Amino acid sequence: MSIWKYANPAQFMRTTDGLLPWLVGAAAICCTAGVVWGFLTPDDFRQGSTVKIVFLHVPAAMMAINIWVMMLIASLIWIIRRHHVSALAAKAAAPIGAVMTLIALATGAIWGQPMWGTWWEWDPRLTSFLILFLFYVGYIALWSAVEDPDSAADLTGVLCLVGSVFALLSRYAVLFWNQGLHQGASLSVQSGERMSHVYRYPLYLAMLGFFLLFLALLLIRTRTEIRRRRLAALQAREMRA
Amino acid sequence: MIDLGRYATTVLMAYGVSIALIVGLVWQTVAANARARRALEEHDRHG
Repeated sequence: MSIWKYANPAQFMRTTDGLLPWLVGAAAICCTAGVVWGFLTPDDFRQGSTVKIVFLHVPAAMMAINIWVMMLIASLIWIIRRHHVSALAAKAAAPIGAVMTLIALATGAIWGQPMWGTWWEWDPRLTSFLILFLFYVGYIALWSAVEDPDSAADLTGVLCLVGSVFALLSRYAVLFWNQGLHQGASLSVQSGERMSHVYRYPLYLAMLGFFLLFLALLLIRTRTEIRRRRLAALQAREMRA
Repeated sequence: MIDLGRYATTVLMAYGVSIALIVGLVWQTVAANARARRALEEHDRHG
């Protein structure tokens, strides 16, 4: 069995049809449970109740970067193998990534105001995240601006490649420049336990919830794009006939 | 009732903004999918 059989739109629609209800259910349960559990955690001795923001801020930031990486892989598959479903999946993922980046930026600003005394600082991580958000907006705009879908997929694929530098920069900015306000990673395999299990477990659940939410939304949005593409192809065929 | 102390506005604002953005994204996704499915079904019905 090959993974490339899912590059066939009909096969993709059939497979996701059965998978979607389970994915939507799992995403709704994990997201709600993670965020509610996080909201009910006790206050931190230094940050007070603002620590509860971590259960939205970290999963959203994690998804903002990883969605761009997923778009990069899908774009590379399009550029190398010309599978339409992968190009449509990259297109479908962009608005989800933009919203995740916006959540990370907004919750970061709201959290930063009482903790750092400012809504915004031109800190390496904050700045690279803002640039990542602008890349998402540019990517969505480019898809809308180019009429021919294959040309749009080519151009956005190149943009995705360029934007990957900023996606990586967003992830490692804190390590490159040790001068910003933003702290290092909250969860780190190399550095061992940095966060009490009281916060760690609900955070893991919220991260899983955000990941499942992304998968569910990605499948629905890709199905929408496939339907739109099919309708456009049918209408074009009728026009020619 | 959970006591959020002096940071109540900050925490509620963060949750409010995030939930509003997620609900908006989910609503837009579901609505666009329903529109696309209807349009295709309509086209298939009328040939």
